[in-house]
Amino acid sequence: MNINLTLIAQLLSFAVFVWFTMKYVWPPLVKAMDERKARIAEGLASAERGKHEQELAEKRAKDTLHQAKLQAAEIKANAEKQAAMIVEEARDKAKEEGGRQLTAAKAEIEQETNKAREALRTKVAELAVMGAEKILRKEIDADAHKDIVESVANQI
Amino acid sequence: MAGSETLTSGEYIKHHLTNLTYGQFPDGHWGIAHSAEQAKEMGFWAIHVDSMFWSLSLAVLFGYVFYRAAQNASAGIPSGLQNFVEMMVDFVNDSVRGSFSGKNDMVAPLALTVFAWVFLMNMMDLVPVDLIPYISGVLGIHHMKVVPTTDPNITFALALGVFGLILYYSIKIKGAGGFIGELTGMPFETKNPLLKPFFAVINLILEGVNLIAKPVSLALRLFGNMYAGEMIFILIAVMYSAGWVLGIFGGVLQLGWAIFHILIITLQAFIFMTLTIVYLDMAHSEHH
Repeated sequence: MNINLTLIAQLLSFAVFVWFTMKYVWPPLVKAMDERKARIAEGLASAERGKHEQELAEKRAKDTLHQAKLQAAEIKANAEKQAAMIVEEARDKAKEEGGRQLTAAKAEIEQETNKAREALRTKVAELAVMGAEKILRKEIDADAHKDIVESVANQI
Repeated sequence: MAGSETLTSGEYIKHHLTNLTYGQFPDGHWGIAHSAEQAKEMGFWAIHVDSMFWSLSLAVLFGYVFYRAAQNASAGIPSGLQNFVEMMVDFVNDSVRGSFSGKNDMVAPLALTVFAWVFLMNMMDLVPVDLIPYISGVLGIHHMKVVPTTDPNITFALALGVFGLILYYSIKIKGAGGFIGELTGMPFETKNPLLKPFFAVINLILEGVNLIAKPVSLALRLFGNMYAGEMIFILIAVMYSAGWVLGIFGGVLQLGWAIFHILIITLQAFIFMTLTIVYLDMAHSEHH
């Protein structure tokens, strides 16, 4: 229990060991630990980022899908509308064509009728003239009494 | 062991409490003391070879293990040893961060050294008290105290080392004037110029005691705890010489005391480290 040189010797070794720890033990350990801490933090951050990105991508995919559905519906509606329009148009055209043909036919019929009437009238006039010729023979000149014959024919 | 016919219990205890001392005999020549009386006569010029041997061996062990871990330290996945060492470093670092507000790269390594070294030296207390002295006795060395922290030289050396740092940083941070001002200007303050010298003396006495108490309490607390613990181990060991029944009872006691002592060992190392940090923090801060 005597205080002696041991005190000095221990004091010196204490100084040496503190110096040793300070120089060779502490800094590399703390550096490695700090580095690992940084690395772990970075890893966690990037994992978080990845998760976030995935969420974004999912959302984007959903949006795109939704958009595509909308577009498809629109295209379908357009197509239906167009089809209806085409049918309508065709019907109109057909109706118009029918009408036109009908009119043409009517006109032709009328023309034919007129022609027939004209022919008939001419024939009747000829017949009348012929009859009058037969009756009057020499007294009536065909050219001199043409207007009379014509008025008769017109009245038929 | 303790019951050998040539030794009484008193002699046995005394034997266990005597360091292996190498020093200068009163007649001038150097050598190993053969008894406690001879060791006492050597006075200051003597060295406790056992204390120095064990404390240096443990310090080298600590230094080697931690140095190896530090050399292999990487930011990757730590191996078992590195894990343990990093745990210690983290623990000390947290303590320093919690108690030390200044900025000084020396405090944390100092705290680690103090903690690990004191812990290892205390741990020698768990080695059965007779084992190493018996082995060394067989080898021809008759005095062997294996727990360095039961030697006041060791604890006072650590405490004085810390004290030196307290003084150094007090003066470095606050300046010599500031440090003296702190010692004389508190706790009694006055504006009266006549009273000032009177108060300064009182303050110096109070603060001086406060200052000196730091290393003394640091050293004596550790020494007292470990010395008492060692003493109880020795007293329990004395029971082994008193027959079967007391021997078995002593065995149970020794086991119980050893288990309890694990707590004391760790606690004393932790207290020494924490107080070192706190004292240095005081030295770094402007006010108490």
